[in-house]
Parts: sequence; structure tokens; C-alpha cells
Amino acid sequence: MSKLVKRDGDVAWWVEDEFVFVPDEEQVPATGDIIVTMGRLLGEGDALLTSGRRIGVRLQPHEQVENLAYDLPQLAVVELVFAKFRDGRPYSTASILRGRLEYRGEVRAIGDVLREQALHMVRCGFDAFVPADGSTPEEWMAAAHRYRHVYQRANDDRRPIFVERDMIASGLGHNRPDEVEA
Amino acid sequence: MYRYDEFDRQMLEDRTSEFRLQTTRRLAGEITEEQFKPLRLMNGLYLQMHAYMLRIAIPYGTLRSEQLRRLAHVARTYDKGYGHFTTRTNLQLHWIKLRDAPDAIESLAEVGLHAIQTSGNCIRNVTADPYAGATADEIDDPRVWAEAIRQWSTVHPEFSYLPRKFKIAVTAAEKDRAAIRAYDIGLHLRRTRDGELTFEVMVGGGQGRTPYLAKTVREHLPAHRLLSYLNAILRVYNRESRRDNIHKQRIKILVNTLGVEEFTRRVEAEYAVTDGADIDLPDTELAAIRSRFHVHAFDARPAKSAAFEAAKAADPEFARFTRHNVHPHKAPGHAIVDVSLKVPGETPGDATSEQMELVADLADRYSKGEARIHYTQNLVLPHVKLDDVPAVYAELAKAGLATANIDLITDIIACPGLDYCTLANARAIPVAQSIARRFADMDRAELIGELPIRISGCINACGHHHLGAIGILGVDKKGEEYYQLSLGGSGDEKAALAQILGPAMPPGQIPDAIDAMVETYLTIREDGERFLDTVRRAGLQPFKEAVYVEAR
Repeated sequence: MSKLVKRDGDVAWWVEDEFVFVPDEEQVPATGDIIVTMGRLLGEGDALLTSGRRIGVRLQPHEQVENLAYDLPQLAVVELVFAKFRDGRPYSTASILRGRLEYRGEVRAIGDVLREQALHMVRCGFDAFVPADGSTPEEWMAAAHRYRHVYQRANDDRRPIFVERDMIASGLGHNRPDEVEA
Repeated sequence: MYRYDEFDRQMLEDRTSEFRLQTTRRLAGEITEEQFKPLRLMNGLYLQMHAYMLRIAIPYGTLRSEQLRRLAHVARTYDKGYGHFTTRTNLQLHWIKLRDAPDAIESLAEVGLHAIQTSGNCIRNVTADPYAGATADEIDDPRVWAEAIRQWSTVHPEFSYLPRKFKIAVTAAEKDRAAIRAYDIGLHLRRTRDGELTFEVMVGGGQGRTPYLAKTVREHLPAHRLLSYLNAILRVYNRESRRDNIHKQRIKILVNTLGVEEFTRRVEAEYAVTDGADIDLPDTELAAIRSRFHVHAFDARPAKSAAFEAAKAADPEFARFTRHNVHPHKAPGHAIVDVSLKVPGETPGDATSEQMELVADLADRYSKGEARIHYTQNLVLPHVKLDDVPAVYAELAKAGLATANIDLITDIIACPGLDYCTLANARAIPVAQSIARRFADMDRAELIGELPIRISGCINACGHHHLGAIGILGVDKKGEEYYQLSLGGSGDEKAALAQILGPAMPPGQIPDAIDAMVETYLTIREDGERFLDTVRRAGLQPFKEAVYVEAR
């Protein structure tokens, strides 16, 4: 079993990956939690989702997450593939999953997953990572918190600067800017 | 002008520390050059012919005097004592050492300057009308919106790894001094009949090997919904653009492959389900940004200045300067003064540290501490009292900064070209110099009138050759530098792409070819026609004959 970095809020730790990815050309094993392709999920979804185990789906960068909208509440994991760290499509996919589709299960980053992009992944709503550069949970979260402030709202609970400014202006936050929490 | 508050400053500090860490990781071999490249690009650091180049952002082309002084200092300390102002209103330093880059960036951050997102496949430095806040023909200050975009797009979690670079320009005047239709997104702020501020949103402009002018996707977007609409455009682009061919990954290709109607439909569909409350700035924050621009109060002054008129009458060279480099200001008795970085024979857009310091001093003494960068690679003192213009002129002249050639044939845009840039096929600077020397006679230049020449050293078109009344493109022909002429382009409110005139020629023939076209223009022009107007009326044929027939 491989390990992955699991995150909740600002904390992260190692967990064993309890899921097995089953490629399309292989038979689905009789038991155990599995991750399948979107094609397989959409084709065999009903049988899989009622087989008494946790099911996840793996999305390639070009695949449209909207196609999963109907199945999402049944899915334990949505795994988004970074084909190349420079291919930024999974950031949009994760943002839509967490935002518009209100998905609350695990959103996992796999593929060319590197610490220098940790901030963007965390902010877009990823909460599980298989770092390709051997980053530890501590290193991962440190990279995700290099900035004390953010300019825009995203799928984390960080307040954007324009809200922080407004809170100070209206006296709600008596923190001075340099004391505002990260 | 805009002043960063404690939050903005802490963002810059954190960015500096992050880049220092990334550089350390690279130097220690923890990350590969391939992994480091987009990181350094997003911090403005390019690897060029001889060294690293640092591209410093000048958001919406506005600088406080202390910032201009700091640019001079950084150019002197970490480079060779000069810098190159670009068509994207950035400053490029061409001789930077990687190990010095974090120190240079830290020094810039102390005065609220940075190199964030001046390169890489992200939302780049936002540009705006260089006369913003000074010109009479705008309906609002476009920099308020440019600054809102700057904040929204800085370290954006979803849009930092786009298919390609992404550039946005904003204007609020009918006369387009920001070439907005040459941008990935061009924004034109207007007021509707019932007083509402709205943006015309144009998408898919760009130069490069497949030039397009941006097309309108929304005629009247309520201004306060700007960021959520931009979000919808960027999301459609990020998800749907090709990523398999670097030459086909700009948004202009997506817009033109889908067709503007289908592209617009997709953007509108995304926008319809976008929760604006999550993205748009509240009106109170927009007002706060506006107030951080510290809008100047201008003294009530008579519209005419006796001192100004007397100086004009006494000194014909000053009179010439006022004809080309001095423009109307919204406040009576004030003027906008253009500072030309186009001394014939010198490198277009280059300024020494001493020249930057002088302009900073003049800004303090005469222009409310403010200077601007124009995309034509010139500087601007935006708020000068007419009474003071003679003194400003005299100081500029002493430093070689009073060339009275704004928009004339010697006011040439040129990219750095093969002298610096690894992408280039040919040199651009020596060609610009040879043309400017040919037309150095100011009387003749003035007789010829407005004639923007734009030179690029390769098809990436950083020198805007598609938008020149005369465009010149450097190409490589079996290892020799050749230059292709095109005519009739402009980046203004009547924007058009230049048309290729004929076969490319070696650099030695360029000044003669330009001269032949100028003579043709002077012969056939009708009353009040600029070179561009004559080309658009008469077509390419007379110019083709002048260059390719009579020259033989």
C-alpha cells in the first residue's frame, strides 16, 4: 500500500492509501476500495456504487467533472491527474468540484505533484496529495503557508485581503494587519 | 498615485522570501531547471543570450518618484547602469546574475515594486492608458480597475498555470493609448446614458505569428462585475484551450477556432453559474482602492500661461517640443509632458540610471511626484503646470531627454532583438538606429508628421510590427538577417493589422526603402492626411512601386 499526504485545514499527516486503482483493461477485484476511470464509472457506475465498498474516480486533465455531478455524493475520492505540473487544468476542476458542485469527499492530486505548487492545490480544495518529489506532510504544509495573506477567495477558509481590510476599517478586527492570522 | 498598504507590502515580502527559497532549492539541486523555470519566469527572470534578464513590473505604467529612483539604483547596483522600458510598460535589466536576483527583488519590494508575473503562463502585469488620471478625455481613472485586476490575479490559485501567457489592458478614454485590442483581454470603460459604469470586454487579441485584434464578447458589462466576468473567461480558457502545441495555446486561437459567438456562449454559460459574491470586490473596497490612489487636487489656474507662451515665442526648439511632447491636461493651466527615450542613434526605450533619477527629480519638483511609462517606450510627466514646462524642458534637454519627436518617424518602437534575446532571428535596435539617423533632421521629421514605425526581431512581435504604420519584421534567411516591411497597422481605437508589402530585404536597404515610401506619401497625400491615412486610402500599390520598382 502506498502512502499519501492527507490534509485537514492547516494540518497534514501521512496516511496509507486504502484504495487501489483499477485500469479499464483489468477486472474489478471482488472486494476492497477501488478507484476507476471516469469511463468505467459512467458505464458500470450503478453496479460499482452498490457493491458495498468505497468507490473513487480518476479524472484525466481534459475530462469534464460536470459529467460526475449526479454520482458525486456516492464517491469517496475524486482523483485528479497532473499530467505535467505545468498543466493547470486540475486547478479548475478542483475549484468547480468544491465550489459549484459542493463535493465534500476527498479530492486527491496525483501525477506530477510538486511542493512548489502546494499553495495552489490547497487553495483550490485538494485535501490529499501523492507528492512526486518526496515532500513530507510538514514540508507540504509549510509550502502552502508561505504567504500570510491572499488576495482572492478560494476553496479554503482563508479570508482575502479585501475582507481583512474591511474588517479593520469597520472595527470588527482590532488586529493590526501584521497580527492578522495567516 | 496608488500606495501599497501593509497587506500589499507583506505580500511582496512573502513573495521575496518564497523566491529566495526557490532559488536556494534550485542552486542546491532540489528542483530541476525544468521545474524551476516557470517559478523564475513568474518572478520576472528570463535566461537570455548573455545573462539573466530581470523584467520588473510597472503596474499600469505608474511610478512614484522614489520608485523610479529605486529602479535607477537597482540598475546601477545589479546591472550596468541602464534599463530598457518595454511595450508592456515593464523595465528590463539585461545583465543580471541569478545569485543577485533575490537581492534586487528585495530592494524593489522596499518601495512597493516587484517582478511578479511579468513572465510565465499566468496573468501578466496589467497595463492602462499612460495618461490616466491626467487626460481630459477619460470618464474615470482606469487604474482603479487595473489595480483591482492586479490584486485579484496575483498568486491566483486557479490561474497560475494557464496554457500560455495572458495579458490584460484597460482604458477609459475614446482615444486608445494602451493598444487594448492587441491584448488577450482589452477593457474599455464607458458610462451609459443613465450613468452606469460599464466595460466593453474584448477577447482574443494578440500579435505573434498569428495576429488577431480582440473581438467584443460583452458590450456593456456592469463595472462592479468585472472580476467575476474575467474569472469566467479565464476558466473557459484554462479548461478548453489546446495544450498540445505551444503555438496554438493563446486565447486568440481558442476564440477564433470556436468562433466568437460560440466562445461568447461558453463564457456567458460559465458566468451565469458564477457566484459573483465570492469574486467581485465590494463597492466599499473599490472605493478604498480609489482612495489609495490619492487623487491629486490641482490648483485652479488660468487656461493660458504667459510664461509658457513667451518661451514658445522666444525659442523655436521649445516651440517644437510643445507641438509634439506636450498634451492637454484635464486641469486648466496644466499639461502632460512626454519624455522621449528615442534620441536618434540611441537604443529605443533605454534610459540610464542618471536619466531615471533626473526624471524622478523633475517628477518631485513639477509633476506631483509621479511619472508614467508609455507603451511606446517613452516616459511621461503627467501633471506639469504650463508655467513650469519651460523649466522642465530645459532640464530634460541637458540630459538628452528633450527630443521633440513623439509619434514622429524617429519615435520608433523596437524590441531588444538579437542583441539580447534568444528568441530573436534578427537585430532590431541597429535597424531602428539607422532609420532614426536617416530622419534625424527635425524639420523634415516634422514635415512628414505622425508616422509610427514598429520593429520586431522575430515573429513573437514584441516590437508591435503588426501595429506599425510601417512595421518591420526581422527574419532569418539562410543565416542572414532580412527584414520584411508591412504597412497600415495601428494599435489605436481604429486598430488594424499591417499588411505585408513584399519580399524581405537586407538591413542596409531599409533606410532607403523607408525614404522612398515617405517621398511617395509626401507626393500623394491629401490635405491633413497622416501617413497611415494615405496608406489606408491609396492602398499598398504606390508604396510597393516606390520600394521595389523605382529602387532598382
